[in-house]
Amino acid sequence: MKLLFALISGFLFGIGLSVSGMTDPHKVKGFLDITGNWDPSLALVMGGALLVGSILFPYITQKKKPLFESGFSLPTKNDIDKYIIIGPALFGIGWGLIGLCPGPAFANLLVAGKPIVVFTLVMLISKVVTDKLKT
Amino acid sequence: MNIINFTPVPALIGGLILGLASVLLLISNGKIAGISGIAKGMFNSPDKAWRMFFIVGLILGGFGYHTLTSEELKTENILNIDLKLIIAAILVGSGTALGNGCTSGHGICGLSRRTKRSFVATCVFMAFGMLTVYLEKLF
Repeated sequence: MKLLFALISGFLFGIGLSVSGMTDPHKVKGFLDITGNWDPSLALVMGGALLVGSILFPYITQKKKPLFESGFSLPTKNDIDKYIIIGPALFGIGWGLIGLCPGPAFANLLVAGKPIVVFTLVMLISKVVTDKLKT
Repeated sequence: MNIINFTPVPALIGGLILGLASVLLLISNGKIAGISGIAKGMFNSPDKAWRMFFIVGLILGGFGYHTLTSEELKTENILNIDLKLIIAAILVGSGTALGNGCTSGHGICGLSRRTKRSFVATCVFMAFGMLTVYLEKLF
């Protein structure tokens, strides 16, 4: 059951990204281009997601456990270390260069041709290698 | 600054769906819908199954939407396999691994949980993304 819900959640996430237009790197770069031709759409995507999330997340995590698991797996770290600055800074540069982050890379995987496949593979390798080096 | 290409209605509806997807994963599996963390864990975490199901769902969601709507794929217009694409992929991969999250994990779920770490992370990647686009236009 939990696997079915993981699949449905992922599917909905893919639909949401596609509907919002955030699978289009041009729209993402348009949002980041605040000094030029600005496309504010991404702000409303975040706003919509946060509207739902910020109301329901606290309510759900108050419960003893989720529906199909023995407990919640929530990040416990909340300190500001160098990684929480350096990591997002590097990610932001890559995101700004190409207009793709991990979600849209996967949602586009079967629909946007070879460049997306190459991007996703290199991204995954870089992720795993970085994680190995970090620990 | 000019405002162009603004699509408020699909953006808001898409955002609400993203929020619901995150809520559904949390209430069913107790997991955070952070795409970078879920993807990374497919390779180096003990619980790989739900991660694979989520990512397969994500891929099929994008595929299904585009197949049903047969919307024109604009991604092909600006993406080529070149050095820029490779560098960006390396930076996105290593940056999200170091910072433990991306737009979804920090930007949606982390902020929904009101954590300081995710707030800092979101501000930093937004700022560096904007700076990168600004600098790219100069050169």
